[in-house]
Amino acid sequence: MFEWLIQPWPWYVAGPIIGLIIPLLLYLGNKQFGISSSLRHTCAACVPGNIAFFQYDWKSEGMWNLVFVLGVFLGGFLGGYVFQNPEPIALSAATISDLQNLGLSDFSGFVPQEIFSWGKLGSAQGLVMMVLGGFLVGFGARYAGGCTSGHAISGISNLQLASLIAVTGFFVGGLVVTHLIFPLIF
Amino acid sequence: MSLLKYMLTGILFGFVLTKAEVISWFRIQEMFRFQDIHMYGVIGTAILVGLISIQIIKRLNLTDKDGNPISIPPKDSSQKKRYIIGGTLFGFGWAFTGACPGPLFALLGSGITVFLIPILAALAGTYTYGALREKLPH
Repeated sequence: MFEWLIQPWPWYVAGPIIGLIIPLLLYLGNKQFGISSSLRHTCAACVPGNIAFFQYDWKSEGMWNLVFVLGVFLGGFLGGYVFQNPEPIALSAATISDLQNLGLSDFSGFVPQEIFSWGKLGSAQGLVMMVLGGFLVGFGARYAGGCTSGHAISGISNLQLASLIAVTGFFVGGLVVTHLIFPLIF
Repeated sequence: MSLLKYMLTGILFGFVLTKAEVISWFRIQEMFRFQDIHMYGVIGTAILVGLISIQIIKRLNLTDKDGNPISIPPKDSSQKKRYIIGGTLFGFGWAFTGACPGPLFALLGSGITVFLIPILAALAGTYTYGALREKLPH
């Protein structure tokens, strides 16, 4: 009966639920769906310094967003730990083959443990994937004024040209790393 | 208590991201290699449902649950460089970590503790943007 809590959900179930979060947040309190602002609010709360970008009332503007993100963390705990799917992800054969050619062999779990582990943090590859990668996610999201939730989902849903440009950038960047950089660092 | 509703919405979002495997580095690779419809289906149907919802809200002038008019501020489309440069840099990071900001937090919640590092790095990136903002082309 509770199989659906364990098993992966198809895209045509998950996508519409994610889309409904936009009107849900608007209805609950006139809030714009977005995640990366939480990183700015955290900076404003912890280390504002004398940087103008972090001088604002983060509690009134951002507390809801920080609580929302705490919820995302808990949702990950429920979906990925409590109701963990023990099966490996049903990736396409072509992707597995491509990644094997890069040298990966373990396809269990959400992420390749051959790259994303505490032990790999000291390696050049680990630094690029985890530290540089994370840095660019934070820097790029704020520079572009939003991430996948704020631009790709909320922004395009609201027919914003700015968001279409940003999302085109997201994909150009992702394609460059996948097809040009990965062959160099694996 | 007024914040509880946002936490519950966040739990829903994190749970869906996890169940749909959107938080998986493997799925992101599959997307950037155009080898499966999965991620395009998730993002595409999310946009479709969001678009229809926003059109309904706007055309019927719906209010939020407290009766206030719903307003959706537009993005500033007069700036272009920030979306091109910032968006591309974000895309680099998305492919390296295999995660955008929502999945970063969901991955940590799922018990992959090393994702604390990309989250701290993302905070450092946000801080660096804030510090350099005036000097960057927008």
